[in-house]
Amino acid sequence: VNIVVCIKQVPGTTEVKIDSQTNTLIREGIKNIINPFDTYALEEGVRIKERYGGKVIAISMGPPQAGEALREAISVGADEAILLSDSALAGADTLATANTLARAIDKLEPYDLIICGRQTVDGDTGQVGPELSEMLGIPFVAYVSKIEEIDGERMRVQRMIEEGHEVIEMPLPGVITVVKDINLPRLPSLRRLAKARSAVIPIWTPRELDIDKHAVGLSGSATKVIKIFSPQRVHRGDILQGDLEEQIERLIDKLKESEII
Amino acid sequence: LTGRKRRVILEYFLNEQQKMIKSLARRIAEEKILPVRAELDEKEEFPWAIMKDLADADMFRVFIPEEYEGLGGGCLELCLVTEELSRACSGVAISYAASALGSFLLLEYGSEEQKRKYLPDIASGKRLAAFALTESTAGSDASAIRTTAERERGGYVINGTKQFITNGGEAEIYTVIALTDKTRGPRGASAFLIEKDTPGFSFGKKERKMGIRASSTRELIFRNCLVPEENMIGREGMGFIMTMRLLDKSRPGVGAQAVGLAQGALEAAVDYARNRVQFGHPIISLQAVQLMLADMAIQVEAARLLVYAAARTIDNGAKKFTEESAMAKVFASDTAMKVTTDAVQIFGGVGYMKDYPIEKMMRDAKITQIYEGSNQALRTAIASELRKRKGMQE
Repeated sequence: VNIVVCIKQVPGTTEVKIDSQTNTLIREGIKNIINPFDTYALEEGVRIKERYGGKVIAISMGPPQAGEALREAISVGADEAILLSDSALAGADTLATANTLARAIDKLEPYDLIICGRQTVDGDTGQVGPELSEMLGIPFVAYVSKIEEIDGERMRVQRMIEEGHEVIEMPLPGVITVVKDINLPRLPSLRRLAKARSAVIPIWTPRELDIDKHAVGLSGSATKVIKIFSPQRVHRGDILQGDLEEQIERLIDKLKESEII
Repeated sequence: LTGRKRRVILEYFLNEQQKMIKSLARRIAEEKILPVRAELDEKEEFPWAIMKDLADADMFRVFIPEEYEGLGGGCLELCLVTEELSRACSGVAISYAASALGSFLLLEYGSEEQKRKYLPDIASGKRLAAFALTESTAGSDASAIRTTAERERGGYVINGTKQFITNGGEAEIYTVIALTDKTRGPRGASAFLIEKDTPGFSFGKKERKMGIRASSTRELIFRNCLVPEENMIGREGMGFIMTMRLLDKSRPGVGAQAVGLAQGALEAAVDYARNRVQFGHPIISLQAVQLMLADMAIQVEAARLLVYAAARTIDNGAKKFTEESAMAKVFASDTAMKVTTDAVQIFGGVGYMKDYPIEKMMRDAKITQIYEGSNQALRTAIASELRKRKGMQE
């Protein structure tokens, strides 16, 4: 089974601050990590490889430092990694991202399975996985929580739904996104860390991908970010004083005041 | 994760691989050991799951040469791992380090055949090793052992009981010191590799301990246990001499265990002092507490440097290092006892309670002053070297 795992490097914190002047994330002093959901995708890819053979290729689009995320991927079991990086690719929305990834995956040797995390913790859209399957014209299953069996041509998976889980059989090649219940990602080993440190990670630009610059990055995006802002702190409400009777009276007054009753 | 860069206090001159080893060991300690250390201590449970994690991370490879599927490190690499594990739990750290202790004689004096047979399994962590010297009559006076190895057709018959053996019952490969010639005293001891499940080899009682309770400390009982001739390490009669050298080599490891323990206690104490408010201020603003913390930090750093220096001296191929290795062990273990005791003091009443990790650290620290040569015996050894070299630095 040849597996492609798509990963993204994200800021390693849940408390991202935004520069109100430039509307961009303040990245200074924040360590970058592999998007946590992608670590489950990676681990599942490695487990499938260990069970059925084949290889795992990690792929990421991002600035040059995203190569570090790919090295980390190799340290926990990916065999190879490819970085899609170029100034023309910057500012991509999910459509342009999926477009670029799809083109890169098409260039790879035949693949059986593409695994993504369910969503990123920075963009939070969960769109790249499904868009990728559309562009490649292959089936898609979201929120996979267990791989039951792969027999070469098809695979049976469990997917999380609100009421429980569904068992779905899908033909291969296909795309899945995984949830965090699917596994517990492993730690690196010293030998794998050494391998990751010396690994050569090719960088593909639009030229290698043979893709029009206008189909990628900001210009290839269907959506534009107009503004990023931290939500205003909501007014905390009035706390009514006095004994119960007084409080009830004041509450009724307030409700009348605001024409609710 | 505040993203704040850790201020580098001292330059330890670690190479890239050593930094990688230390940082991965720390990650394992924080992610795998910290959440379970209280339970392991309480239940006196051997940390098999963590041994598996350490094996998967190649940690048992660091002290084994590359030709036997190791990573080719030495005493310093072993110390780095032990220190980081001990920062979270000393009982886990010693279970790991005991496997190295159990393979040291094999590494240094084993035949090519013996090394090929056993080292790859120790390197992969598939099998743990242990070293067995101590008996009820032989502690600091190791020459007082009574276990015998009598020559018979095809091998040696072992009889006797070993006491307080770390990894006893859990390890599968044992390096055992026994007398091949009772009349020759220390010159009559030899070393044998004995595998678990050898007929005549069984385990006695598992000790209940004050500290390092996650580790297994057990009796090894040999009743007419026939060991093949090819399992002897080195030459007959060399057992005692080899053991003395082995202990010189392993003592920085105990020092590293002590440094990790003291580091963990220091961090916990600083953290507590920053948060505990008395008289309207965090107690870290009290000068009395500041002086204690500063002294603790100074001692931990000094102990670490002495341990690393001793380990490097050994790795650089020094011929004799009894004194340096004893100094590292004595200073670091006395530091661990002092620092953990002071940490409990800073915690005050809650430090005495089992709900906080600090009383465990104090219990764990005590053994480092006792085993692999009591600090008194080692001071005597240092003094005897001093006497020989008239106190001069060579």
